[in-house]
Amino acid sequence: MNDVLEAIRTALPQAIVELVNNPGPSAQHSLLVGRKDARAVAEFLRDSLGFDFCSNVSGVDWPPRKVKETVLNTEMVDGVEKEIKTTVERDVPGYLEAVYHLYSIRNKTGPVTLRVRTGDRDADVSVHSLTPVWKSADFQEREAFDLFGIRFDGHPDLRRILMWEEFADHPMRKDYMAPDDFEYEPTPHDKILAKVKARTEAA
Amino acid sequence: MSFLPSLESPQTIDVSLGPQHPSTHGVFRMNVTLDGETVTRLQPVFGYLHRNHEKIAEGNSWLAAMPYTDRLDYICPLTNNWAYALAVEKLAGIEVAERAEFIRVITAELTRLQNHVAFLGFVLGDMGAWGTALMYAFREREKILDLFESLTGARMMCNYMRFGGCRCDLPPGWLDTTRKLVDGFPKFLDEMEALLTGNEILLARLQGVAPMTADRAINGGMSGPVLRAAGVDYDIRKVDNYGIYNRFKFRVPRGTVGDCYDRFMIRVLEARESVGILKQAIAVIPEGPVVNPKAKQRGFRPPAGEAYGRIEGPKGELGFYLIADGSDKPYRFRIRPPSLINLTLLEELCVGTKIADVMVILGSIDIVLGEVDR
Repeated sequence: MNDVLEAIRTALPQAIVELVNNPGPSAQHSLLVGRKDARAVAEFLRDSLGFDFCSNVSGVDWPPRKVKETVLNTEMVDGVEKEIKTTVERDVPGYLEAVYHLYSIRNKTGPVTLRVRTGDRDADVSVHSLTPVWKSADFQEREAFDLFGIRFDGHPDLRRILMWEEFADHPMRKDYMAPDDFEYEPTPHDKILAKVKARTEAA
Repeated sequence: MSFLPSLESPQTIDVSLGPQHPSTHGVFRMNVTLDGETVTRLQPVFGYLHRNHEKIAEGNSWLAAMPYTDRLDYICPLTNNWAYALAVEKLAGIEVAERAEFIRVITAELTRLQNHVAFLGFVLGDMGAWGTALMYAFREREKILDLFESLTGARMMCNYMRFGGCRCDLPPGWLDTTRKLVDGFPKFLDEMEALLTGNEILLARLQGVAPMTADRAINGGMSGPVLRAAGVDYDIRKVDNYGIYNRFKFRVPRGTVGDCYDRFMIRVLEARESVGILKQAIAVIPEGPVVNPKAKQRGFRPPAGEAYGRIEGPKGELGFYLIADGSDKPYRFRIRPPSLINLTLLEELCVGTKIADVMVILGSIDIVLGEVDR
């Protein structure tokens, strides 16, 4: 992963790319790419490094959360220097993430994981579509748009894919609540029941 | 089906194929625009079987997602189990018991056999050979399902793999029955080929229909037999060497032009290679525990991190992308469905062909709607 990162930094010095460390035993680290540079980085990976196969595209939702951090401060207490631990709560704003898993069929290497983040979860949810680079991202980006609400600029046909067109929300988001009357629909039966009720009450 | 004069031009009509069309392998719909009999536009419509599998899995424990994976591609539940178990094992760094690795290879190759056999029957059904071919294919498939039933308790909803191994050991006599079935299998394939591969109608319906170049197949994300039919030498069993596939000798068949005939024949050839792997695996399977005793199943909490694990499923690259936050539920549970992604190029393949070929092209890709819509 580090040599891929080096190659990107050499070829595209102005692009924002950083390594995201994966603490787990799988040690599949990923590259966080700036939103504006995603297209250029993707084309470089495909054309120069041979990552010709975009296997998996996945949306991930990160709602706003609070992170507790312990900070060490040196303070003068009664004329003696002391280290005092204070716990600070920091707000991390929420964002959506599109994750791409790339393989090279030519060189039989991979996976390289690309992550692109949106600005927030409501208004600023656009990222560049990579469908023009890898056609295989087509349906999967539509799925991320449908279920997470990430907008992919430059996608040739960005429509809902699994949910129906009139559906308003994005069900894979962490704060999505399914309506509890989801399966309710008025039937002729209700009218009949109402009539029966009216008749029995009159009698 | 409904016929409407097209909005685009008075010359063409719009036809809605599905979702209840008998040849569409489930509730799958294609909005097709026809000029005479020629397809000028095709739009797949998904979602009739959507139940948001990923959301369900994110609300359940890690182990509770295992039986749900059976319902993805319900023709091949055991490979789905394996793909998920493999991803979790990568995520948490779990070793797999030696005997379980062999059982996994044997069950996965049996799954591949029965999937490819069922595929032959389905494609012939799509071409109008109703019944006979499918019955022959299902006779063989049923024998393999009987094996699954005696091993796991269910014909199709197996729920068999566990993190670090399998749920239970092989029942007594199971390997002998399997060996007998595997030894007799090439005879069935010969019979099927004698009936079919030289058949004039079959050749006329398959050869030269919807060819696909290697570059297009790679860029379009094709995987599994569809990718190899286009002439690409890429088998995840060889490339990733997951499980213990590096201990077995097998060849990776490839097509030349990537037309429907190549996609059809590659399944027959792969089935023959699977028979070879099965023979080797059954001969050397060791005794021992079938699950790693250190691996926790209930109350399993992998360390925070993420992993993408994939296997060569019978339909293509089946992958699971998992993110753990240290709790007892997956934070993100993503399935890479080969059936859905192999449909990416469906429109390109179908435009310019006749309407009767659309069914054959769809059949030659081999999809299962439980996996497409999830």
